[in-house]
Amino acid sequence: METTSTLEKSLRFLALSLVVIFFMFPIFWIFLMSFQTNETILQIPPSIVFTPTLSNYAALITGKLTTSAGTLDIAFMRNLGNSVFLSVTSVALSLVLGVPAAYAFARHKFRGSEDIAFTLLSFRFAPPLLVLLPLTQYFQWLGLSDTYVGLIWVYQLICLPLILWIVRGYFEDISADVEYAYRIAGHSWFATFRKIALPLAGPGIAAAGLLAFIFAWNNFVFALVLASADKQPVTVGALAFVTSSGIQYGQIASAIVLSVTPTLALALYAQRYLVEGLSLGAVKG
Amino acid sequence: MSDTALLIKNVDKFYGPIDHGVHAVRNISMDVKKGEIIALLGSSGCGKTSTLRMVAGFEAVSRGTISLKGREVQTFAPVRRNVAMAFEGYSLYPPLTVKENIAFALKSSKLSQSVVEEKVAYIAKLLEIEDILGRYPSSISGGQQQRASLGRALIRDADLHLLDEPMGQLEPQLRAVLRGRIKHYIKERGLTAILVTHDQTEANALADRIAVMEGGQLQQFDTPQMIKERPANLFTGTFVGEPPMNVFEATVSGNDSTVAFGLNQGVKLEYAASDFSPAVREELKRYQKVVVGIRPYAVRRSEGGVNARVSVNQWLGDQTHIAADFAGGSLVLVEHDRTDVAIGDTIAVRLDPASLHVFNGEMGEAISHGLELA
Repeated sequence: METTSTLEKSLRFLALSLVVIFFMFPIFWIFLMSFQTNETILQIPPSIVFTPTLSNYAALITGKLTTSAGTLDIAFMRNLGNSVFLSVTSVALSLVLGVPAAYAFARHKFRGSEDIAFTLLSFRFAPPLLVLLPLTQYFQWLGLSDTYVGLIWVYQLICLPLILWIVRGYFEDISADVEYAYRIAGHSWFATFRKIALPLAGPGIAAAGLLAFIFAWNNFVFALVLASADKQPVTVGALAFVTSSGIQYGQIASAIVLSVTPTLALALYAQRYLVEGLSLGAVKG
Repeated sequence: MSDTALLIKNVDKFYGPIDHGVHAVRNISMDVKKGEIIALLGSSGCGKTSTLRMVAGFEAVSRGTISLKGREVQTFAPVRRNVAMAFEGYSLYPPLTVKENIAFALKSSKLSQSVVEEKVAYIAKLLEIEDILGRYPSSISGGQQQRASLGRALIRDADLHLLDEPMGQLEPQLRAVLRGRIKHYIKERGLTAILVTHDQTEANALADRIAVMEGGQLQQFDTPQMIKERPANLFTGTFVGEPPMNVFEATVSGNDSTVAFGLNQGVKLEYAASDFSPAVREELKRYQKVVVGIRPYAVRRSEGGVNARVSVNQWLGDQTHIAADFAGGSLVLVEHDRTDVAIGDTIAVRLDPASLHVFNGEMGEAISHGLELA
C-alpha cells in the first residue's frame, strides 16, 4: 500500500504544480520581464536567460523614460501615489458610511429599507460608461471634474454597494440576542454596536474592505474620463507607456509589479486577520 | 413602594402595522408581585416570548402599558429598565470565556473584583459549570452554554429576571436538580422572575403562578394547583396535565332526580342530581352542548361502570397508562400498578362526578369543576 500512496502523492503534487504554474506563469513572466529591456523581451524565440537590468525600475522612479525617439517624462510615482490615496480614502469613506448603513439594514426593517438597499446595489448594475457621460457634465457644472473629491465620490459607486451588501450579510449572521444580552446588561445601542456588533462582524468588514480596495485600485474608466494627468491612478497612467516609438514592455511590466505590490501586501496582511477572526467568531451549534 | 414588580396592562403586539399586521399578543394584562416567580406557559407561537421581549424592551409595545415598580417603561430602552434576561439561544459573547461572560453582567455595577469572583464562583457551583469557566462558548456544549447564559442572568441584582426557556437544552436529571436550586436561589434573594417555558413540569415546579397562553391570549393566570383543579377553559384543561385530560362532547339532559350527559355512540353518563349543586344544575340547563372532561388519574375501573375496549396498555415503570375506545374517542386512564388487561379486553370504567369538569361546548369556558360540586 505504501507504493500506491507514494504514487498518489506524487500525482497529486504534479496536478497541483500544473495548476499553480498555469495561474502563476503570467505573473512570473511579467516579473521576469520587468528586469529586461525591450530588446530582450521582444527577441524570438523568447529566453529566460538574460542579463537582468534595473533600468525599468529606475526609469519609473526617476520619471524619465528614455526611448529611441528621445526622453519622456512619466508621472508613474505620482500615479502610484494617486492610486493609494484614492483607494484608501474611498474605502475609508465607504466603511464609515456603509458599515452603519449595513447594520441598520440588517437589524431594522423600516419602510422602504429593502428598496433603498436594492437601489444602492443597482449602482453596480449600470455600465460605467453609460453613467460617465452625464456625470462628466454634472461634474463640470459642479466644479468637481479633475478633483480628488469628485473622484472619491464616484468611487463610492464601486465601494459602497460592495461593503454595504457584504457587511450586511455578516451582521445578519450575528444573533441579535447577543446584542440584546449586552444591551440589557446596561449598555446603550451605540455601545452595543461598537463593542459587540463591530468586533463580531470584523472579519466580514475586513473582507469587504479588502475587496472594495481591490476594485477601487483596479478601476480604470472613471479616472480616465474624470481626471487629468496629475490626479490619475496607475491604471490610467500605464497608458503613457504606449509611446510614439513603440510600447515599453519592460516599463509596463515593472509598473505592474510595483502596482500589484500594495494590494498583495494588504491581502496577505488581511488574510491572517480574516482567518483569526473567523475562528474566534465560530459558534458551535 | 408598592409590592407590584411588574404590571402589564392591556398590551397588544402586532408584527407589522397596528391592526393589520400579525396579532401576536392580544390584550394581555397581568401583575407580578415582588419576589414572585411567574411562568408563561404555552406552545410555540402563543405569544409568550413576544410578551417577555416587550417587558425586556426588545420589541415595541403596540398598545397598552408595561410598568416596572410602578413606573411606566414601555417606551424606555432596555438599559433603563434594570431587568436581566437569559436567552433561549444563549447569546454568549464569543470572544469572552464563560467566566468573563458571567462576570460581564456585573461590570456596570462597580463591585470590587473579589466580590465579583466570589459571586461568579457561587453561581458556577450552583449551575455545575465550574469546570468550564475558562473555556470559550464555541468549545462547550449547548447545555453548558445555556447554563452559562442562565448564570449571566441570575448573577445580576435586577428588578426583574426574565428567563426564556432557561433549561430546554439540559438533560432531564440535571434539569430536575437545577430546578430546585434555581428556585431556592431566586427565593432566597427575593428576586422576581418570569420564566417562559413550554414544559409544564418546569412551570409547576418553579412558578408561584402560571400564565397559560394560547393564540396570543392569556387563557388563565393562577397558581399551579388552581390551574390543574379548576381550569378556566377547555384549552387550559387539556393543555396542562400529563397525560392530557380526556374530553368528550356531550348533550345535557336530566330531571329533578338525575343529571345525564349523552356522549357519542350512545354512551350515557348518569348521575344523581344530588351530585351537583343546585347552582350548577341551573347553569347546566342553559346549555345544549357541553364538553365533559376528566383527568386520566381520576378515571376508575369499577363494576357496573360504562364499558370501554382496551386499545393500549403501557407499563412505564412506575405507572400504567391504559387507553380504551370510549364514546367514539379514546379514554386514557392511569393506574399505579401493573395491570394485566389485554388489548381488546372490555373494562368497565367510572367517571366520578367529583372529578368531572364541564365546559361550554361552543366557547370552551368552564361551567363547573368536580371539586365545587354538591
